[in-house]
Amino acid sequence: MTPRRIAVVGAGMAAARFARRVHELAGPGAVDVVLYGAEPDRPYHRGLLPALLAGGYAGASLALPTGAATVHTATPVLALDPAARVLRTAAGATPAYDAVVLATGAEPILPPVRDLYRPAPRPVPAPATATASATASARHGADPGTLVAPAARHDTPPALKAGVHLLRTLADCRHLAADAAPGRTAVVVGGGALGTGTAHALAARGLRVQLVQRAPHLIPRHLDAPGAATVRRHLEAGGVRVHTGRTATALTGPDHVTGVGLDDGQVLPAELVLLACGARPRTALARAAGLAVRTGVVVDDRLATSAPGVYALGDCAEHRGTTGTDAETAFTQADVLAARLGGHDPAARPAAAAPARFRLSTAGGELDVASFGDPRGDAPHTDTVRLTDATRGTYKKLVLRGDALVGAILVGDLSAVGELTGAFERGESAPPDPLQLLITEGAPS
Amino acid sequence: MTEPPPPTDTHCPYCALQCGMCLRRVAAAGPDAPGVAVEERPGFPVNLGALCGKGSNAADTLAGSVRLTTPLVRDRRTDPLRPATWEEALDRAARGLAQAARRHGREAAGVFGGGGLTNEKAYLLGKFARVVLRTPHIDYNGRFCMSSAAAAQRAAFGVDRGLPFPLADVARTGCLVLVGANPADTMPPALRHLRELREAGGTLIVVDPRRTRTAELADLHLRPAPGTDLALALGLLHLVIARGRVDEDFVARRTTGFAHARAAAMAHWPERVEALTGIPVGQMRRAVDLFCDAPTAMVLTARGGEQHSKGVDTVGAWINLCLATGRAGRPGSGYGCLTGQGNGQGGREHGQKADQLPGYRSLTDPAARAHVAAVWGVDPADLPGPGRSAYELLAGLGTPGGVRALLLMGSNPVVSAPDAPRITERLRALDHLVVCDVVRSETAELADVVLPSAQWAEETGTMTNLEGRVVLRRAAVPPPAGVRTDLDALHGLAARLGHPDGFPTTAREVFAELRRASAGGAADYAGITYERIEQEDGVFWPCPGEDHPGTPRLFLDRFATPDGRARFADVSHRPAAEEPDDAYPLLLTTGRVLAQYQSGAQTRRSPALNRAAPGPFVELHPRLAARLGVTDGDRLTVTSRRGTATAPARVTDAIRPDTVFMPFHWSGEGSANNLTNPALDPVSHMPEFKVCAVRVTKADTARTGAGEAA
Repeated sequence: MTPRRIAVVGAGMAAARFARRVHELAGPGAVDVVLYGAEPDRPYHRGLLPALLAGGYAGASLALPTGAATVHTATPVLALDPAARVLRTAAGATPAYDAVVLATGAEPILPPVRDLYRPAPRPVPAPATATASATASARHGADPGTLVAPAARHDTPPALKAGVHLLRTLADCRHLAADAAPGRTAVVVGGGALGTGTAHALAARGLRVQLVQRAPHLIPRHLDAPGAATVRRHLEAGGVRVHTGRTATALTGPDHVTGVGLDDGQVLPAELVLLACGARPRTALARAAGLAVRTGVVVDDRLATSAPGVYALGDCAEHRGTTGTDAETAFTQADVLAARLGGHDPAARPAAAAPARFRLSTAGGELDVASFGDPRGDAPHTDTVRLTDATRGTYKKLVLRGDALVGAILVGDLSAVGELTGAFERGESAPPDPLQLLITEGAPS
Repeated sequence: MTEPPPPTDTHCPYCALQCGMCLRRVAAAGPDAPGVAVEERPGFPVNLGALCGKGSNAADTLAGSVRLTTPLVRDRRTDPLRPATWEEALDRAARGLAQAARRHGREAAGVFGGGGLTNEKAYLLGKFARVVLRTPHIDYNGRFCMSSAAAAQRAAFGVDRGLPFPLADVARTGCLVLVGANPADTMPPALRHLRELREAGGTLIVVDPRRTRTAELADLHLRPAPGTDLALALGLLHLVIARGRVDEDFVARRTTGFAHARAAAMAHWPERVEALTGIPVGQMRRAVDLFCDAPTAMVLTARGGEQHSKGVDTVGAWINLCLATGRAGRPGSGYGCLTGQGNGQGGREHGQKADQLPGYRSLTDPAARAHVAAVWGVDPADLPGPGRSAYELLAGLGTPGGVRALLLMGSNPVVSAPDAPRITERLRALDHLVVCDVVRSETAELADVVLPSAQWAEETGTMTNLEGRVVLRRAAVPPPAGVRTDLDALHGLAARLGHPDGFPTTAREVFAELRRASAGGAADYAGITYERIEQEDGVFWPCPGEDHPGTPRLFLDRFATPDGRARFADVSHRPAAEEPDDAYPLLLTTGRVLAQYQSGAQTRRSPALNRAAPGPFVELHPRLAARLGVTDGDRLTVTSRRGTATAPARVTDAIRPDTVFMPFHWSGEGSANNLTNPALDPVSHMPEFKVCAVRVTKADTARTGAGEAA
């Protein structure tokens, strides 16, 4: 039997999970899976980058298993021809496939801030030798993980001002770590999960960190104001100064950043700036290939795009109007697609609406946050139950509609998280005294 | 008056601890009273005299009224069993086995053994299958019990011995993790070691979906959803890596394969594992700190972690945790398995297993075949190859290509097999069933021939306990009239099937042959003698020569792999074979209670034990009970895709709200194994007893469907 050729565009978490599972499910020799990744590293766990920055995983590798897949690193795919079932890579190859999986992920959103870029013209493009070495490394690639050996800079053109960082890739993380010397001043722009977690990590490394959040409170997608206030107190206890309701308007400094100007006129000193303003699905390849794209590459319940033989999953995909999946959902999608394409379960489909889940945690448990469902509870006909313990820095909230649990927030004390998410996912009706759901047997006191 | 005989030193008839006990002859108070009384034997190191209720009431099963005292035969399928002479019963049994082979080929005769049989019986049963019947189809109920841990240990360490150290070492480790083990109920005398551990400053972590009496002793109780132990072990390894607690030196010097295990752990980050298991990340962090802060640490698994369609991978993941942290092959540290059945260990070493020859030799290894064939005086080419695993063997009974005539010894699959109604149906479909047992068990009721066996206090033989310690059971009383030993029965059958020699009737003779057959194998008994066992409180295998001291502790210098290094397993979480859905929204897990043992064939015949644990029950959480509208004692019907079971509710917050628990010791309408899923582990072929999807209804409303749990 000729193995089925499955090309995967992208070598991130969803791609790695898909590769591992499709090999397990299809059995030996049934599929020939090739991953094409733009980054210099083999697939690794992107979600662990803030923890890596904070000093965890010392000397360890974040590499993820990829089954028997061939992984081409530093090999972006430039074009996709769904009719001919052929790809074209930056290395000039034109591999044919039987099925292709788009797992191109997301790219960081840059905020509308003046003087973000270096005034100097863009540096001369990388010389030919660099391309050659990228090709040479394509077969194996670096072992991802340690912060010791910065690889070639993964620049976003045009070049950001020196000292200005993103945290999307392991290469980004290496650069940021190299720049994040103790005692330096740092400003994090963006108070979502990534900004909050990274601000904490930078403070843990000994930097003097300020965080600028445009919204009235931190992590507004997943927390209400009192929950966010509890998180803020933990962050401030870790040494981070937080500015909410403020917008970064400009960067100061000629080539290297020196500060961040805010909309109220103050300038926060910054030898280092991290932009953490969200990400959007990376869809250029799919658009150019003529696939249906809205915010993300549109997929149906089979994770199929509008073109035959082309599938998409993870951060680049838009399923039932939702984009921006978390890693757990990306893994679930990868398992579903692996079951379909591996022939194990051709009818497999993702859960109609993956429940919104949010988790943030740090190695020492200083920032332990969970929320799911509708955490705010501002919809009509909902009741909320709140428990706040300012001394212990904990906040717990249940959102109920009738006797149904429809959302919850836990900050600081997550001992009930398993119980609560279980009850939520099973659609269990809440007991007459809903606080019972916050009491856990077997948990440490 | 004559001097009463001195008490006989022996061991308990029940679990794998094989606690030492003494039997004192007593003048029987009546014709039905046991002729011995159980007394303490304080000198034996495993239990130092302590016995649980099962052990102290063990003599109850010697009473004449509860047991078989004459062979039984059935003239026609529809006839009841009637008493027969041994001659007639053995003639019929032999004829039935021979006829199946003649009509359908040798593979149509099969043998099913048990983990309670002595080493001598297990050895001779294997020899009987391969030399007399020449069938590949022999397996035993240990497949339901030990096989996942055995396979994982063999893969990681090159050899499988329940504990690689004496049980008493547990008391001196720094941190003990018990995975799916409830010794407080299943092997109470072992609790002494847990208490000593705590008194010495050691910590105890218990992993169990239920807050068992063992979990109540723990410093930390982790309550994973049934079927997610593998994810938990991977998540803990992830945290070990994240927190810089890998013993890099140990990993480099004494293991291989860490890179793959590490990558697999990266795919099981703590928040994902929290979502899979329901265990908060904070508790996992605490577990890793307790485990790694201690100077030494151990992980012991039992059936809770092993009886899954991913049991081998689950045990492999816990072994990975030990290897990554340097907690293996060092004094006071290591991985072990709490073996369940009395001779679960020895029973699998000497030839009852479908793929193994005595001495833990592989049936596919030409050198192993040649060695054992020479001991048996047969041509290696005449030895059959590997046969079907226990559940597959039972599920194929009476089917085309399956076994048509079965010799079953020391097992009660009508109660103990998964999807028991189906197995019962298959047993009924046999052309011929021969059962050797002490009591008229549920399985014996289906037999064409029942041979009444002598038991523990009535015969001599060796057992190998969970430590790999070979111990000696001694006869204290003669068997009742009409009862013979299993060795006698095998001798009689072999003779009738053309093998008058080679099946000795004394255990000592069989053991002498077993020593030669095991010599040079992984489980080498060559140097073990009855005299040494008596003098040394048991001898630990491997013991290759009479001048060899035996091996209480394995792996201190090297692991038993060709290169001496332990192997990391490359494993990944996967769902249970059957996950909850709208029709079957809850999880069922099964297990044991303190006063009963296995299928209850022995313990249900003890009045004291029956008073303590009279019948099955369904344990459920108060919130679930409230949703069902039931209170303690209401009768519940539990339904799976395979069948139903009805038993009273026992409402307790010791169980997760998404899970119900049933003990499996009973037959009939309350049998948990009416429900269990026979999905098999792909490597060990262990069935998934510990998790399946069910719905629960109040028994009197079951027909209308009202009161269903959603």
